[in-house]
Amino acid sequence: AVRKPPITTREYWAPGHAACAGCGCATALRLATKAFSEAMEEKYGDPNAFAIAQATGCMEVVSAVFPYTAWKVPWVHVAFENAAAAASGIEAAWKKKGIKGKILAIGGDGGTADIGLQALSGMLERGHNVVYLMYDNEAYMNTGIQRSSSTPYGAWTTTSPPGKYSIGEDRPKKWVALIAAAHMIPYVATASIGNPFDFVKKVKKAAKVDGPAFVQVHCTCPTGWRTPLEKGIEIARLAIETGMWPLFEIENGDIWHIKIQPPGGGAKVYKEGGRVVRIEFKKPIEEYLKYQGRFKHLFKRPEAIDELRNQIKAMWKVLGVEAILPKPEE
Amino acid sequence: MPIRTVMKANEAAAWAAKLAKPKVIAAFPITPSTLVPEKISEFVANGELDAEFIKVESEHSAISALVGASAAGVRTFTATASQGLALMHEVLFIAAGMRLPIVMAIGNRALSAPINIWNDWQDTISQRDTGWIQFYAENNQEALDLILLAYKVAEDERVLLPAMVGFDAFILTHTVEPVEIPDQEVVDEFLGEYEPKHAYLDPKRPITQGTLAFPAHYMEARYLVWEAMENARKVIDEAFAEFEKKFGRKYQKIEEYRTDDAEIIFVTMGSLAGTLKDWVDKKREEGYKVGAAKMTVYRPFPVEEIRELAKKTKVLAFIEKDISMGLYGAVFTDASAALINESEKPLMLDFIAGLGGRDVTFNQLDEALSIAKEALEKGKVEKPIHWIGLRKELL
Repeated sequence: AVRKPPITTREYWAPGHAACAGCGCATALRLATKAFSEAMEEKYGDPNAFAIAQATGCMEVVSAVFPYTAWKVPWVHVAFENAAAAASGIEAAWKKKGIKGKILAIGGDGGTADIGLQALSGMLERGHNVVYLMYDNEAYMNTGIQRSSSTPYGAWTTTSPPGKYSIGEDRPKKWVALIAAAHMIPYVATASIGNPFDFVKKVKKAAKVDGPAFVQVHCTCPTGWRTPLEKGIEIARLAIETGMWPLFEIENGDIWHIKIQPPGGGAKVYKEGGRVVRIEFKKPIEEYLKYQGRFKHLFKRPEAIDELRNQIKAMWKVLGVEAILPKPEE
Repeated sequence: MPIRTVMKANEAAAWAAKLAKPKVIAAFPITPSTLVPEKISEFVANGELDAEFIKVESEHSAISALVGASAAGVRTFTATASQGLALMHEVLFIAAGMRLPIVMAIGNRALSAPINIWNDWQDTISQRDTGWIQFYAENNQEALDLILLAYKVAEDERVLLPAMVGFDAFILTHTVEPVEIPDQEVVDEFLGEYEPKHAYLDPKRPITQGTLAFPAHYMEARYLVWEAMENARKVIDEAFAEFEKKFGRKYQKIEEYRTDDAEIIFVTMGSLAGTLKDWVDKKREEGYKVGAAKMTVYRPFPVEEIRELAKKTKVLAFIEKDISMGLYGAVFTDASAALINESEKPLMLDFIAGLGGRDVTFNQLDEALSIAKEALEKGKVEKPIHWIGLRKELL
């Protein structure tokens, strides 16, 4: 018997794009467009019923170098901070032209958490029928690895170098998904290329709701993270398993009924009344940090790793979860 | 039958938009232009205009949403001024580079600092290099007509560039004047539907827009914008001619007034042209050989028309509500460039006036005239730039 592939074999992100070897974000976009297409087929009966508005960033410059394009779907790039606004305009135009379908806006963490935050907020608040996909590789990689507000504590970047007076990045990571949820939009999720099935499911869910949705996907950047090319998926999975990257869904801003996906990696998940209240992670965050050149200096500063652990616990607390994060010796 | 009524320029702009039937409008409130989106939202709310009105969170998103909508192949409209236009600056280049014929109404207003909501042209003049066609209206009727003309020119396949229409803050935006609203059927006939071949995001024909261009291609893309702007000269004349035929009102890139035997011609734009013409009448009665000229189009700059005008006079003086710090006013500078290779040219003077809403009075124009007369008598210009109407006691 021929086994049905787990996702459509249609491709919207063609080979030949100029992303770095081992780019996790390229994988994210390929999967996201496939998932989107499946959702459009189910929702509108047309797998091609979507267009993309994309912010300036790595995935934009590698995919549309005139006279070539990697996109087999209507695609437009306007500027760095306005993918959400451009998507709003396309959605409005399609409404008037009677074109059935949905708009996918794509931005990196810089284009979303920082310079594009206002346009994102406007689009979500106005209720456009747009899915915003934030591919989060945790720094301005396109310009050469500068910190963004989505860069995790302690990470080396070219603008947060560790030194005599610096630990590296000195601020906790900003979680844009929670800001998106505060708009009380139908659907918000975090996802990771470390769990492609979960990611595909969430993109499809986001694409099928009526109104705005936001998905923040963690994707590895070997160039900026100083990680082995072949370990991208493994490292992304370790982020989930160690508690560094939570997988959750929030519908209509109802954070009380947040759905948290089990992290795996031997973690014990405790629920009360259907709600995840406690996770005992088995793998220490050091398991995630150790593969990455951007965290290398932290191993000489164990107090910084403890501070990161505290920040991760605080993040989980906001999600309503008591996170038990082990130290390596435990 | 056209309807004769009275309205503010902001309302005239909203009526023009209604007549042009844009499918997507995105706007953000800013003084003095706010009435335009207010009026349009009424039209939409009452079902008089079948459009999506996106109430964006900034002017940057207003123009960005319109770039998205125009790239999806529909007619679009917005209105702004001053700081709002400055905030759009980045995206103005993008709209032109992507060849999207977006039309925008501007209530010409001064730029900060100091913050000032009143009239001058610094906002639009500062956008002169963005690749947008620029029209300036003398009165509320012109504000309406020029918006219709802006669509006609912008959407022409030989052009495909965005266009802005400026009308002076408060002097026009908030002043009620007689305006004739043209027949919808005639406007429909004049403009037709916008059906682009180059830009439409449609699942049936996936195309990529807004690409990266390496040095191997970038310069040609820029050249084509420049060439389109050159093409616009002819297209504007054709549109003016067709407009006159259909609506009975005549437009010219440069409109002259009592210039025939003039020794001194003052050139200006916008509502100041009305003041200037009145003043010329008075000076003519007093025996001065002065004339006036109004520029309706600033980009593409009316090079040929300025050359023709220059041939008629001994002194060509500009009165403008803008200044390029470190040089002169922009209109004077551009006109000087237009005349640079002429073997004979008049003496040229630049008068900076009316910044931040200061009234330009007959007294100020008299002051300009005495400077121009002195140059004429001496046969040379000692100082090309003069700020008139300055309160010297404050300096």
